[in-house]
This record gives sequence, structure tokens and C-alpha cells, in this order.
Amino acid sequence: MSAAASQSAPRPVVASVAVHPSAPGLATSLAQARLRAKPAARPARTRAPDWLVRGFAMLCGLTLFVCVWAVVAGSGDRIPGPAAVWQSALEIFSDPFYQKGPNDQGIGWNVLLSLKRVAIGFGLAALVGIPLGFLLGRFRFLSDMAAPLIALLKPVSPLAWLPIGLLLFKAANPAAIYVIFVCSLWPMIVNTAVGVQQVPQDYLNIARVLNLSEWKVFTRILFPATLPYMITGVRLSIGVAWLVIVAAEMLTGGVGIGFWVWDEWNNLNVQHIIIAIITIGVVGLLLEQALVLLARRFSYGGS
Amino acid sequence: MDKYLAIESVGVAFETRKGPFIALRDINLTLAQGEFVSLIGHSGCGKSTLLNLIAGLNAPSEGVLLLANREIRGPGPDRGVVFQNHSLLPWMTCHDNVFLAVERVFGSTERKPQLHARVTRALELVNLGHAAHKYPQEISGGMKQRVGIARALSIEPKLLLLDEPFGALDALTRAHLQDELMRIVADTGSTVVMVTHDVDEAVLLSDRIVMMTNGPAATIGEILTVDLPRPRERLSMASNPRYMALRTEVLQFLYQKQLRAAA
Repeated sequence: MSAAASQSAPRPVVASVAVHPSAPGLATSLAQARLRAKPAARPARTRAPDWLVRGFAMLCGLTLFVCVWAVVAGSGDRIPGPAAVWQSALEIFSDPFYQKGPNDQGIGWNVLLSLKRVAIGFGLAALVGIPLGFLLGRFRFLSDMAAPLIALLKPVSPLAWLPIGLLLFKAANPAAIYVIFVCSLWPMIVNTAVGVQQVPQDYLNIARVLNLSEWKVFTRILFPATLPYMITGVRLSIGVAWLVIVAAEMLTGGVGIGFWVWDEWNNLNVQHIIIAIITIGVVGLLLEQALVLLARRFSYGGS
Repeated sequence: MDKYLAIESVGVAFETRKGPFIALRDINLTLAQGEFVSLIGHSGCGKSTLLNLIAGLNAPSEGVLLLANREIRGPGPDRGVVFQNHSLLPWMTCHDNVFLAVERVFGSTERKPQLHARVTRALELVNLGHAAHKYPQEISGGMKQRVGIARALSIEPKLLLLDEPFGALDALTRAHLQDELMRIVADTGSTVVMVTHDVDEAVLLSDRIVMMTNGPAATIGEILTVDLPRPRERLSMASNPRYMALRTEVLQFLYQKQLRAAA
């Protein structure tokens, strides 16, 4: 009842992220589970702070990985060791934005070009998928109509669409963007539609007893209630898009980080391939984290 | 006005696979302006269905409902509804939750500062002026329910409808909010229909208690007039023989006359 009592309760900032519809990646969900399980009262004996223990554990994991890598690399001569890759990486990242013709650009340009393709394809998918998801969520007939199509097309690997894209656009760049568009579309449609269907009846009852206009219902109730689901769709889409762009660029050639990997394979420069793998991983991680932050911003907690 | 709310020969039937299911039949009830009426009965007796009919969320299969001589044809902001689970929108502050309702009703005739003043008055009425800019998840269950009451009252409804408003609260908070509701109703002169399954709540708050028979095909069993003078003090009621007699009457209806049918 009293304000003081409610304020002394722990604010469910972290828990609220966990109950909201997003399906966090394994690492984040594990971390959240651990944070939630944290006891309220600490034992009197002083212990190292939580973040320090976690940081140490992460460092141990990375060190172990590098050690295993060094041993594997040392046992043969085909895979370069960590030291050699590090040297090579210093070289590459000392000038990531050089440009020597269309097929020889710095790794920075390649990453940026891949991200640009993802952004365009993904942006188009959001423009189409989110309104479509709202329609499917609001109108039963439309969702029944679309259900078999979505069920049929969702499991198809996005790369299977690549030949159609090449046929339609007769160029590598739009075809790659088109593949990103197709693979981002399904998570966006499905999550938005599910979000609209999951809007609690209580909220819609408020709209009914107040007789709110359709526009008010949409802006004040449907849209905010669906937003967390939409962000989950965006996150899944971005993840898939980043996976797919590498493969698509390997097939289409030209520029981009995927092409770069393939190009270095043709040059038999394994060090660069390993650097590319790590770079792709870091960029994917950053994308994921940015969207987790966005999702946290728009989660409302238990009502 | 003697017949402020008139419910005339109302029945509700739902279509099911096995044919029509009759939830309510032969409901006749009139409320005077300023009256506080409770609906009480075992679960499944259709008391919430009856409240939804008055709110306009359901339509009757038979009969007619009139509010101030006009037929109730659907939900509308001339009735303020308080739901059991408060139903505040979690992405809006308490102020904005109430503002949504105020803007809907007075937005076309009044300007922004007046609308905000109405919200502030409504929140102060339920003693929550200090929590206006908090979000629902930052306040306690009892406070949320008070915001729900503020929202319902802010639109100056002809009729206040309460669907087990304190059912989800702990006993102490419930008692506190009951006292507060008595004060608010006395201050505003509201006409109230409240669904409850709490006998003490019904006797303490109501002018009349409508006791409903068990479903299916539930109807009004008895109507008890609570002739206790107002203002009513919770503590003195505990030793008031008339209060105890009324309470016993409701209990007898629920647990002697209607229990066998329920079991």
C-alpha cells in the first residue's frame, strides 16, 4: 500500500527483460538467470564482486581457446597459430579503409558494404513485414490465408532464393539485398502478428469501455503492446540476415566480407580467413547487443 | 429519479454446440440515482455477466437495459468501469492512464490545461497525487486499483461499475480501499453497481444487496435493503446487532438456500 514499501522492493529491471517475449540468446539468458538467482542478502564474508568473477571466467575461456588453437596449429602446418594471425590482423587493421580497385579493398569497406546490404534488405523487410504482421494479427481471415504460405516458405534456406534474385535483377548486389529481404521478412511478419494476437484482452476492454477511436486504439494500445514482439522479430531477422549475407556474398562475389573470405580462400591466405571469421562474429555480437539494449528500453515489465 | 438504471426482463443465452446455454433469465432491477447496489452470489452465477450487460460489453438476448431513459446499446464513456485486475496500460504513467480516458470524454470541449487539471483532481480524489508520474509497475496493487477507480471517476460517469474491484488485494489493503471508496462515493454522489463475493464488503458498502441464485439460468433470488445509517464506521459495525443480522441474512442465503444447488 505505502509508497515506501513498494520502493524498497527490488526493481525488476532484469527480470522484466526475461518475462517479455524476446527469446534471448543463450549467453544473455544464462547471464540473466544468474542475475535473478543472486541472493538478496550477501554473506558477511567479503567476496570478489560479481562482475570481476564473471570477467575472470570469460578471460579463462578465451585463454583456453587460444591455447587449444595454438596446440592444434603447432601440430600441423596448415592452420596458422594465434601469433601469426595476430601479426596479420595488426597489419590489416592498421589500414582498414584502403582502396585499390573494386576487388581489393580494406576489411573495413568490406564489412561496411555487407552491413549496408543488410540494412537495405532488412529495412525493406521491416517496411513490408511489420504492416503485414499487423494485418495478419488483426484479421483472422488474412492470417488463415497466409498460414500455409508462411509455413511452406519459412523453412526454405534464404540462399535458395538467390537464383531467382539473380534472374530478376541480373546483378549481384540487388540479388544479395533481395535474399536479405526474403530471410528477414518471415520473422518480422510472424512476430508482429503473434504480438498483435497476444495483446491482453484487458487492454482491449479499456478501449471498448472508453469507446476509443481506431487510431487511438492503434497508437495507445496495439502498437505499444506489440512493440516488444516486433523488436524480437527485428532481432531474429538481423541475426539471420548477418548469417546469410556472408554466404550470399560468397556466391555472388564482388565486395563484402563474405566475398572477402572467399577471395582469401582463393589466395590461400588462411590467416585472413580466420581474421574474417572473428570479425564477422564480433559484428554479429554487436548487432545482437544493440538490439538487446533496444528491447530492454521498450520492455514494460509485469503490469 | 427513481428509475435511473432500469433492467427489464433481461435474459442472456449463449449458443453452444449442445444448443443454447441460458446464463441469466428474468432479471428485473431498478436503481435510483446515487444508490449503491452490490451483486453477490456463488461463482458462475452470472453476476459478472450482468455487470458486463450494464457496461455494454455483452448484449442481452432478451429484455432491455435503460440508463437515464436511454437504451444501453454498447459500451460507452457514460459508464466508468473498474476491472478486477486494474487494467492499467504499463507503458503510460498513472497520469497518462487517466488522461487517456479524460481526453476521450472531454477532449473535444476542453483545452489541454483543463484536461490535465481533471486528471490531477481525479488522482487527488484517490489520494494518489504524489504518484501521478509513476508507472504502474512501480506502485503497489492497492495503488493500481485506486488509479483504476480514478480513471473510472475522471470521466464523470453516470454510473460506476466495479467488477470485484478489491478481490485481488490482501485483507488490510482491501479494508483501507473499502473505506476510501465509501468516502469517494459520499463525496461524488455516484451511482454504483459492484460485483463482489465478500459478504462484509457487500453489507458495509451497499444500500441494497442483490443476491443471485446459482447458474445455469441464474436470476435474482432476494434483494436485501441495508438500512444502516451512513457514514458507517468499520469498527463500530463489528458490534452493531443490525449489521450482524444483515450479514447473517446474506450468509444464510448463500450457504443454506443456494449451497446445495452449487454442490
